[in-house]
Amino acid sequence: MSTETKDHAALADDFNKDEDRVDWHDETLWWIRQKRDKAVNKLPDWELLRDTASAIKDNVLSNLSVYLQEFEAKAQNNGIIIHWAANAEMHNKIVLDLLKAKGIRQMVKSKSMLTEECHLNEYLENNNIEVIDSDLGERIVQLAKEPPSHIVLPCIHKKKEEIGELFHLHLGTDKGNSDPQYLTETARQHLRNIFITRRASLTGVNFAIAQTGEFVVCTNEGNADMGAHLADIHIASMGVEKIIPERKHLGVFLRLLTRSATGQPITTYSSHYSKPRDSKEIHVIIVDNGRSKQLGRADFRNSLKCIRCGACMNTCPVYRRSGGHSYHNAISGPIGAILAPNLDMEKFADLPFASTLCGSCSNVCPVKIDIHQQLYKWRQVIVQNGYAPAAKKAAMKLMSITLSSPFLYHTSGKAGRMVLRFAPFAVNNRFNPWFKQRDMPAPPDQSFGEWYAKNR
Amino acid sequence: MKVGLFIPCYVDQFYPGAAIATLQLLEKLGVDVSYPKNQTCCGQPMANSGFAHLTGGCDKLFTESFRHFDYIVAPSGSCVLHIKEHLHSTENADDAASIRNKIYELSSFLTDILQVESLPARFPFKVGVHQSCHGQRGLYLSQMSELVAPGFSKPGKLLNMVEGIDIVQLNRPDECCGFGGTFCVAEEAVSVKMGKDRVEDHLSHGAEYITGVDMSCLMHMEGILRRQGSKVKVIHLAEILNSYQ
Amino acid sequence: MTDREQIINAIAANQPAFSPLPATHFTAEDQEDLASQFADTLTAIGSVVFVVDNLADIHQHIKSNTSADHRVISTIGMVEYNEDIGTNISPHSLQNVEIAVLKAHFGVAENGAVWLTEELMGNRVLPFICQHLMIALPIKDIVANMHKAYERIGNDSYGFGAFIAGPSKTADIEQSLVMGAHGPKTMTIFLMRS
Repeated sequence: MSTETKDHAALADDFNKDEDRVDWHDETLWWIRQKRDKAVNKLPDWELLRDTASAIKDNVLSNLSVYLQEFEAKAQNNGIIIHWAANAEMHNKIVLDLLKAKGIRQMVKSKSMLTEECHLNEYLENNNIEVIDSDLGERIVQLAKEPPSHIVLPCIHKKKEEIGELFHLHLGTDKGNSDPQYLTETARQHLRNIFITRRASLTGVNFAIAQTGEFVVCTNEGNADMGAHLADIHIASMGVEKIIPERKHLGVFLRLLTRSATGQPITTYSSHYSKPRDSKEIHVIIVDNGRSKQLGRADFRNSLKCIRCGACMNTCPVYRRSGGHSYHNAISGPIGAILAPNLDMEKFADLPFASTLCGSCSNVCPVKIDIHQQLYKWRQVIVQNGYAPAAKKAAMKLMSITLSSPFLYHTSGKAGRMVLRFAPFAVNNRFNPWFKQRDMPAPPDQSFGEWYAKNR
Repeated sequence: MKVGLFIPCYVDQFYPGAAIATLQLLEKLGVDVSYPKNQTCCGQPMANSGFAHLTGGCDKLFTESFRHFDYIVAPSGSCVLHIKEHLHSTENADDAASIRNKIYELSSFLTDILQVESLPARFPFKVGVHQSCHGQRGLYLSQMSELVAPGFSKPGKLLNMVEGIDIVQLNRPDECCGFGGTFCVAEEAVSVKMGKDRVEDHLSHGAEYITGVDMSCLMHMEGILRRQGSKVKVIHLAEILNSYQ
Repeated sequence: MTDREQIINAIAANQPAFSPLPATHFTAEDQEDLASQFADTLTAIGSVVFVVDNLADIHQHIKSNTSADHRVISTIGMVEYNEDIGTNISPHSLQNVEIAVLKAHFGVAENGAVWLTEELMGNRVLPFICQHLMIALPIKDIVANMHKAYERIGNDSYGFGAFIAGPSKTADIEQSLVMGAHGPKTMTIFLMRS
């Protein structure tokens, strides 16, 4: 089976075949979660910041149609050219047309999860445009011909030895050398040459300010700025939900974003693009691609508050032990699992079930998205829409009938605790997934109900 | 004060000891407690699997069984959270609403309603405390490590009343054990790995017992401990609070 | 219907009832500690901090740390490092700049960031393309946190502005922190007493 047809459980099973690697992946991400804890505990206002950010985003969602038009007008006033794309295809076409009009065949791109969602690279390559990802992690997965496994740490699943081998093959580094300093310096030289020679640059957008028409891009590497300030044309792709009302609200979001993401107090660069350079162009593409539909789903619209910090992935005990690729979606982890079913409920029917509903994701979320509650609600919606496996439907029906009847419950219970034949841990055989790596609880002589009848 | 004892189905069938300890502990504290015999299950296994629409029968039974009590107490954070968040009854809407407010997980009933300040308990062993997610993050039984807020723990407060007990510190005090209801079989590989890692945290700190407010998490960890041939045992919080060893 | 109309109509139809903006009042740090907090944060994020009396001290520091073949560009009145790098030059011609010496509007104590707008950069790409970035900042121009920072920026108009906090960095390879990903390998802040 290919990745295309395997579900989360099967992909996670593959990932778990190498337990040392799972431990390494888990420890690395847990370390980032600990850095986050350390950073947030330095701010006594942390919970107030989260409440405020969440309330600002509530306001944004409730007034989005107005803010988008305000942003458009202010940005146009500043000399920025605005495009609108209802879906991924339109977004990709706009980018291609902009490049074609200038006769550009090569583009440098900084991190944009939206372009991953739209599969822009693939589309441009099919149209003979070369795209080079400039974020180091993204460049690494691009060389490996893989999607990013994490929205902030694209190659967190790769060991340095694997990266050393990739660089040896593609960038001519010494075989066997996997020193991060050496590999990073090689990438710096390689990508400097790219930055200097590319006439077009594409970036994502972290925040777009309705009040001023400016947009903010956050990076640690400086790759967005190196691309944008050296190119003739800067294309910035943003989802409609990236709007925030006023410039001063950046104070709230920039305090939250990186502390949540990596435990840094702020990214190295928080760049505010307001006007293009003389005789150069800035284009902003405002993309819907299912977001307006999600806005209409009362139970799920809060997912649009996401500022893409990745904290929910770092804290998720399932993500840490299944890897980002097991979510088979551009955005992985808990937030990916509540965003993806909106785009394709059948394809992503498995994702809301890839969770124990432990709730840690909701607690680290800087904009207080009720992620685990939405996972629960998506499960109901997915089943109601007919995307549950038939065997599961039958088992649940039988369980429901038994548990709805004290008579059936007690008679099946007496017959060797059979009530729990629906419960996986009750069947002692090798075909039972419980028993594969866990023992059964020892059946007691009598149930509590039987004991109570005799003793009270 | 009339208290209805709610014993989750898997506790009734597999861990009667935890249920008996809960009953005896409440009786010891002078509570008028009884066990309605027609109860079965809160309906969570169906609901968490996406089949909340099949829980009508469970909801009806539950509401009928427990509507007349002043409080309902259960030795489980997870099942109580499910009732609090999802119990609905079209026939008895008011009763269901009232039950959602007066149902308590055992440790919070002891600390918040009975306001227990001392217990005649002795348990001279090294014990690791597992924070069950639904009790902790759902019912706020303990402070959560993700938040910037003062610490507290209701089960911890009760365990501190137990003579001779030695609570071990953990590297990850509130990480999920990976049980997760049907997750434990649907996502077998990750579930087991989470359970192994959780158990290892307790073992490496010398725990002789692992305790918690939810038997389901403990059952999962027990399955792993026994497969590993470990001598370490799981024990419900009620059994420690009810023991004098 | 254009994509624009389609998107705006769909959003207008689906957005929930109006929810007002919250108040944004937060604790400010103790004003007395700002300079030392700023310096401590800078060190933690990989910057180098010097406390100096004035521009002449900075000039002296650069002179003693560079050789004649290093291209040094300053926009803060050090005559020998002045170059016309405005809009009439190609930004690509700045690729061999070794050191850029710029002034910042202010610094932020809680995160070690400095705020520059493009007129202080000379050229937008300069603070990113140089190998080493040096920033002159009067010690009095430090604010406590990002809320104070945006109060100070207010409604200022700029074509481009950036908070810069330390050297360019990456930890994409196994979370090993490496300075100098694409931008400057070092960042030095001169806190000026006057």
